[in-house]
Formats: sequence, structure tokens, C-alpha cells
Amino acid sequence: MDMITFPTIDMTPILPEIYLSLLAMALLLINVFMPGRQKGYLGYISFVGVVAIAVMTASGWGIEVSSFSGSVIQDKFAIFFKIIFLLSAGLSILLSDQYMEREGCNHGELYPLILFTVVGMMLMACGTDLMTIFLGLEVMSVSLYILAGFNRANIKSNESGLKYFLLGAFSTGFLLYGMALTYGATGTTRIFGISGQLSQMAAPAANIMLLAGMLLMITGFAFKIAAAPFHMWTPDVYEGAPTPMTAFMSAGPKAAGFAAAIRILVISFPALQPDWSQLFWILAVLTMTIGNITALRQDNIKRMLAYSSIAHAGYALVGFAAGNETGVAGVLFYMLSYAFMNIGAFAIVILIAKKGETNGTVQDFAGFAFKRPLLAAVMSLFLFSLAGMPPTAGFIGKFYLFSGAVQQGYVWLAIIGVINSAVSVYYYLRVMVFMYMKNPSEEFEWATVTAPVALALIISAAGSIILGVVPSYVMQFAQQAAKLI
Amino acid sequence: MDTMILGLPMIYYVAMITKVLVAFIFVLLTVAYATYAERKIIGHMQVRLGPMRTGWHGLLQPIADGVKLFFKEEIIPSSSSRFAFIIAPLIALIPAFITFAVIPFGGVMEVAGYKIPLQIAGYYDTVAGRIFDVNVGMLYILAMSSLGVYGIVLAGWSSNSKYSLLGGLRASAQMISYELSAGLAVVSVFMLSGTLSLHEIVMQQSAFNGMNWYIFKQPLAFFLFFVCSLAEINRTPFDLPEAESELVSGFCTEYSSMKYAMFFMAEYANMVTVCALSATLFLGGWQGPFADTFTILGPLYFIAKLYFLMFVCIWIRATLPRYRYDQLMYLGWKVLLPVSLLNIVVTGLVGYFISH
Amino acid sequence: METLFFLIVSIVAIASAVMVIACRNPINSALSLILTFFCLATYYVMLDAPFLAAVQVMVYAGAIMVLIVFTIMLLNIRIDATRRHSHMIFFGSIVGFATLFNTVYIVMKSRAATPATTVNVEALKAGHTELIGREMFTNFLLPFEITSILLLVAIVGAVVIAKKKI
Repeated sequence: MDMITFPTIDMTPILPEIYLSLLAMALLLINVFMPGRQKGYLGYISFVGVVAIAVMTASGWGIEVSSFSGSVIQDKFAIFFKIIFLLSAGLSILLSDQYMEREGCNHGELYPLILFTVVGMMLMACGTDLMTIFLGLEVMSVSLYILAGFNRANIKSNESGLKYFLLGAFSTGFLLYGMALTYGATGTTRIFGISGQLSQMAAPAANIMLLAGMLLMITGFAFKIAAAPFHMWTPDVYEGAPTPMTAFMSAGPKAAGFAAAIRILVISFPALQPDWSQLFWILAVLTMTIGNITALRQDNIKRMLAYSSIAHAGYALVGFAAGNETGVAGVLFYMLSYAFMNIGAFAIVILIAKKGETNGTVQDFAGFAFKRPLLAAVMSLFLFSLAGMPPTAGFIGKFYLFSGAVQQGYVWLAIIGVINSAVSVYYYLRVMVFMYMKNPSEEFEWATVTAPVALALIISAAGSIILGVVPSYVMQFAQQAAKLI
Repeated sequence: MDTMILGLPMIYYVAMITKVLVAFIFVLLTVAYATYAERKIIGHMQVRLGPMRTGWHGLLQPIADGVKLFFKEEIIPSSSSRFAFIIAPLIALIPAFITFAVIPFGGVMEVAGYKIPLQIAGYYDTVAGRIFDVNVGMLYILAMSSLGVYGIVLAGWSSNSKYSLLGGLRASAQMISYELSAGLAVVSVFMLSGTLSLHEIVMQQSAFNGMNWYIFKQPLAFFLFFVCSLAEINRTPFDLPEAESELVSGFCTEYSSMKYAMFFMAEYANMVTVCALSATLFLGGWQGPFADTFTILGPLYFIAKLYFLMFVCIWIRATLPRYRYDQLMYLGWKVLLPVSLLNIVVTGLVGYFISH
Repeated sequence: METLFFLIVSIVAIASAVMVIACRNPINSALSLILTFFCLATYYVMLDAPFLAAVQVMVYAGAIMVLIVFTIMLLNIRIDATRRHSHMIFFGSIVGFATLFNTVYIVMKSRAATPATTVNVEALKAGHTELIGREMFTNFLLPFEITSILLLVAIVGAVVIAKKKI
């Protein structure tokens, strides 16, 4: 038996993942071996860790390394997404402590699970091998199933976890089947290898196995980013899951789904771009419209934000459908700004709600502005941003997305997007109407704002404004990152 | 004799069928007399005589037992799940027998100019000049033995009786837990052998007349494997699934007649397989002094080693009391599993330092 | 000979797969599923991949299905509880047949890629064990390592969700 010669391994691309995993495992051990019920400090440790790892990740900007014989890559695209993931995880960690304490499920396992989710998402963003991407997706999904059902005493949280698990497992099946067919058609799982094989084929669009593989993969990713018609799970899961986790789910994993889908489709299937581009055209229109129209009818704020998150996935799909650099840069920028504004909005939802989430309808915002003018102002900022009003991040993001579509000649798609955006203003403003123009139906104590939540609010508000006022600074990074090939 | 059938000489088929028959009858006889031996040995260890009445020193006892079981009334409880109830003994019995297919019990025998390896699933490639057998032999055995659990679980469930169900649950938990450690224990042997083929593993132990047996290189692995296997086949001290004193025979409480006999046979057949496997992996299989020159010595050495290990099993039963359920789980998960993992790590490290 | 064997195995595989969904009793369904896995393993052997076959039996039939059977036994689902929903069966069959048709169409219409590396006959005889091991520790080292994280997450998750007191 001759010895195996190992390829030289450069750990650089997965250093953030390694450190995050180590941090998560250390937290697990601390949680087990440290006495006492109060484990709030775990949150602080993980937040500090996330910040440190984010700094470390960002410092790798501009250094391109491919490693593990083509399984992972460190490029600007991956780093940009990794920062988004770390940001959403950091913000959710800040929100978690207060909420979990109130709901009585402040178990120390929460933070390691969040960190593992981030590890999975990062692997999706930097994986250049279908297997790596798939396993990253699984790590992310399995952690998310648990996070969704984390509030074990709450029946809705249980439902959320179970539903997410069943549908998620189903969608993973689609994805895997698609990957298997793609492998069958090309004989490799490396995404650069796939594109190489495709360029050798006479007519890749005529290869049914390849097409079916691509379609199934798109279906799988559409489930993960909650694009219509695969969005059915979203409202129930988002409503039942603990609110900080809902915030996390709507920002991080969605971005991860986009990251993996963009990388696979743009790098592996450029030859089939006309085909998948049209498909995303349809998906984008469906997703935006269904998300916005259904959101109009929601009273429960979490459900409303869930549908709005579907709609936002639709906007991002517009940029994806364009498939050009502006469009992809728009997706990157939009995912970043969405992380800021959406998590910020959920932070306010956490403050409004009471134990057992009894206080989660739009009507409960009545009179909020009189009691807590500052918080209401911040909420208005987030809602404006979500609606896409000018001086905010949401506006700029949509601007880039739609201009990408126009550049590619999808004028109608951009127009539908703008109309949708206009529709969405109704339900965002409805909340503000309740905040500023209605009197509270009953007197009750507003939750106090603890320091971590305040920090999260400051970060997300600052992000929403800065990205809106001086977008070019971040946009140049996004544009560099979008140069995939 | 040179007639070709489907590209292979006639002798190939004859040899194959002969090997299957011989091995099958051998296992059946061993199973039958293992019950007798067990009662005799335990009897003598406890200063009793054991069965004495049927035949000389009770030698016909297994046959009498068989006839008795055969003529007993066949009872299928009315509330049982019929299909599963009937199929369960079969599922328990078949894996126990078919694992014998990959165990080599001798060297190469020459009949009428053809070379026949004494291993059911193996053939002699005249072009390559060596024996080819199932190259994942050990995995095959692990796979098949993992199926045995179904028989017991199904028996326990389909009987619709609380004792049976408890027995079935215990059995499945126990077998799954210990299968893991048993599998990990043999991994360290594979690390030394570099192959999963049992024939190759036996050949590697041939040098120095027994001094090269894996039991000397991997004593811990042998111990772990043997203990875990005892648990996997529900032998004392791990016989909780049947536990006469608490569960009234556990999963086979509701069984009678031939079906009960089949469970009985399955248990002993499993014992034979496990002992044969231990002998193959750790005691050099059929290897022994002059086994290469005189082919007939191979099977004899093999049988000697097999019977010795079976004696050890019976000896353990005569000596040790039964574990409690929590002790069993503690032992499996917190002692044997970490130790077998550690054994792998140590083997790897030592192997690394030796090769460098 | 091999064709005949293939036919027999295929018939058993299809019959047992149909049994999985046709059986009223979940235990019988589970048993049929085990049989299906067995037939798959047989296919692997016929494709000269004995390692995969052994792993298939060991992992699916030997471990996963035991847990499923275990769960069914503990839940003790009454057969009456699984009442027939005719419209679900209707839609289910439509989807099933559509998928079947699709798969057949895909397989018939397209030509699979020739593998990048030619398969070495001697390696085939030595078995896939070594090849798989080699690939796993060189080209697919990272996915292999990620699996450990995945399993860790699953274990932690199971404890979080199921343990009485955490």
C-alpha cells in the first residue's frame, strides 16, 4: 500500500470558519462546565468573537486564495458575504439575551448554534465545490431548524421548527438531486470544472440532464431564499421562531442562499445564462408580487415582516436575473443593507412584544410614538428603508438592483419592481400611522431597552443611514466583489 | 469435468456448492452441540453433571431437544402482528448464517488440477495466481450483523406483550450501541492490515508461527471486539434482552415450537460467527504450523481456535452475573467507545512514528 | 446470467418500493423499505462497488431504519389513524408519475459525461475502498471535515430539542 500524498493545504480561505467553530465549541464546553443558571456572558463572548473574526475576515480583502484542491476560495465575493453573515449574527446575538431571558429559554446552546449557522453560511459563500456548498447549506439549515424551534415551551416555536425542518429537508432533496444530475452530466463537482466541461460541450442547452440539474438546484435555492412559489414555509416559520432568530433567518441565510446560487450559476453556467436569467425574471416577478400583496393583509407584525422579506428576496432576484456586474453588485449591496434594516425592525418588534409574544400585532404599535419617541423614530427609519424611501439604504439598494436590470434590457422587470415597491409603502406606512396617529388601546409597560439591544439598534440605524447617504463607499467594495470571473 | 458453464469450469460450481453445504452443515452441527457443550461445561463448572440421560453422557440431548421443539404446539398470539411475528425468527436467523460466507476456513485445496480456496466467497484466479475474495469482507460482516437486530426488535414488537416489547427495545438499544464500538475496535486492525479482505488479513498473520497474530499487536482491540460482540449477540453478561429472571425470555416470550428454536439457533449461530471472526481477525484464522504444506490442517486449526473461543464464551456465562441496564449503557458509551477511539488514535500515532 | 439476476433484483426492488407506500401497517412499510435498500446494495455490487453496497446496508438498513422502526414501535401508530385521503393519493400519484416520467426522459435523452479519469481495472479489483479513501483525504478533504461539524450540530440540536432539562 503506497502512502497517500496529501495536497498542500492553504488554510487561509477557511480561517474564519475554523475560528468560529473553535469559538462555538469553546462556548459549548463553557456552557456545560461553568456552574450557574445565568449564562448571559456567553452572548458577550460570542459577540466579541464575531467582531474579531469579522475584522480578521475583512483584512483578507484583495487576497485571492484557492485551496483544498479547488474546494474553497477566498475572494472578494466570499469576504463580502462573510461580513454580511457575521453582521447579521452579531446583531442577532445582541438581541437574543433580552428576548430569551423574557421567554425563559435562555439556554447557553443558543450562541454556539448561531455561530455554527454562520460557519455553514460562510462555507456556502466561499465553497467552489458542489459538495462543500451542499454541506455548508446543511450545517446552516440544521442549526436553523433548531434555532427556529429553540423556544421549546412555546407551541408555535415547535411548529416553526418542525415545519422548517420538514420543508427544508424536502428542498435539500431537490438541491442534492440537482447536484447529482449536474455531476452526472459533467463528471465533476468543482464549479470551475463544470464551467470548463460546459464550454467544451457543443450545445449545453440541449443537454437535458444538465438542464434538469440546474433547474433542480435553482428550485432548492429558491426554497432557501423563500422565493415564490416556494415561499409557503416562510410566514409560519418566521412567526413561530424566537424573534431574534427570525431576524437572523431573514438576513443571513437568505444572503447565503444568494451567495451560493450566484456563485454556482454565474461561474458554472454562464453558457446557460439566457435560460436561467429568464427563469429568475419570472421568479422575481412572482416573488415580489406575492410577497407584497399578501403582506398588505397581515395584522401580525412578524407575519407582515415575513411576507415583506419574501418581497425583498424578489427585489434581490431582479438583480440576479440581470446577472451582470451591476445586478450582482446590487444584490450584494442590498443584502447588506437588508441585514441592517430588517434586523433593526425586528429589534423594535422584540421591544414591543411581551412574554409569550402576546403583543405582536400592528395595532399594538398604537401610541408608540408618544411613549417612546426615539424608538418610534428609529422604527420609522427602518420602515422607510424597507419601503425604499430616498435617503436610506433600501432606496440605494433598489436603485442599483433595478438599474442592473435596465442595463441588461429588462426594463419591464424594473418597472414591475418599482410598482411593487410602491405597493409595499402601504403596509410599512400603516405601522407608522399606528405609531404616530393612534392612541394606545390600553396602558401597559413598554419593555426597557437593555444595553445590547440599544447597541444593536444604533448599529442598524447607523448602517441604514450611512449606506443610504454615502453609498459609494460600500458600493465600490460590492462592485469589486461582483467581478466574479 | 472440463464442461464450461457460463464461462466457468464445472468444477467451480461443484466446489462452490460443496463449500456452502459443508460450511452450513458444520455451523448447524456446531450450533446443536454448542447447546450441549454449554450445559455440560456450565454443569461441570458448577460441580453438576449436566445432561446425562439421553445417550452416553447425554450426547443425544441436542437431538432430543430439537425433536421436542419441533413437535410442540405452534402458537401465534391472536393480538400479534401476524406478518412480522412470522418473519421475525427468519430475519434473526438468516444474517447469522450468511456472514459465514466470507470467513476463510482454510488454505487452497487442489482438486483435479483446480485450485479451490477454502472460503465460500472466494475464487482462485489462475492468471493472477492468487485468491480473490470479497474485498470488503469485514464490512459485509458488519452490515449483515447489523441486520440481526431487526429480528429481535420485530419479535419484541409484534408479540404485543410488554415483556417482549421491553426485550425488543433493550435489544435494539444495546445492539446499536455496541455495534459502534465493535466496528471501531476492528478499525485498528484494518489500520495495520491496510485491507478489508479477510483472506488478506489471515495471510498477513502467517509469519512466525503465530507470533504475528493481531492479538499480540492489538490486544486491546481484541478485548474490545470480543466484549462488544458478546453484547451484540446478547450473550451473558449482556443478555438483557432475554433476561429470564426479569423479562421471562424477553423478546421470545410469546414464541413457541420451531420459531423459538430458530431464535435459539440464531443466538448460537451468531456466537459461532463472532468467534470465527475473532479467530480470523486476531488469532491468525486457519494459519498454524505446517498449515501451508498440509491443506487439511488449515480447517482443523480454524476449528480448534473457534471452539476455544466458544469455550471462553460459555466460561464467561458460567462466571459473570448480568449487567444492569444503566451499567450496560454506561459501559458501552462511556468506556468502550472512548477506549476504542483512543486505540485508533494510538495505533495511528505509533504507525506514523514507525513508518517515519 | 447477469441480466437475469438484474431482472430478478429489479422486480424485487420495485415490488418492495411499491409495498412501502401501499402497506397500511407502518412497520411493514419500513420492512419493505429495508428490502428496497437491500436491492440497491445488490445493484452496487453488480456495478463493482462492493464498498458502497456494504455501506448502504450498514448505514441505511442497519442504522437509520432501526431508528425508524424503533420510533414507529414507540409511537405505536394505530392503523386506523392513517385513513385514506383519496384526493391526496390522487395528487400524489400525479406528482409521482410526473417525476418518474421526467427521470426516465432525462436518463433516456441525455448522455452522461465520460468520467474525467479513466477507471483503472486493477483498481477496480482492489476495490473501491482504497479509491474512496484516497479521494476523501485528498480532493474531498474539506467536505469530509465539514461533515464532522454537521454531525456535531445535529447532536447539539437533538439535545437542545429533546432533553428534559437543559
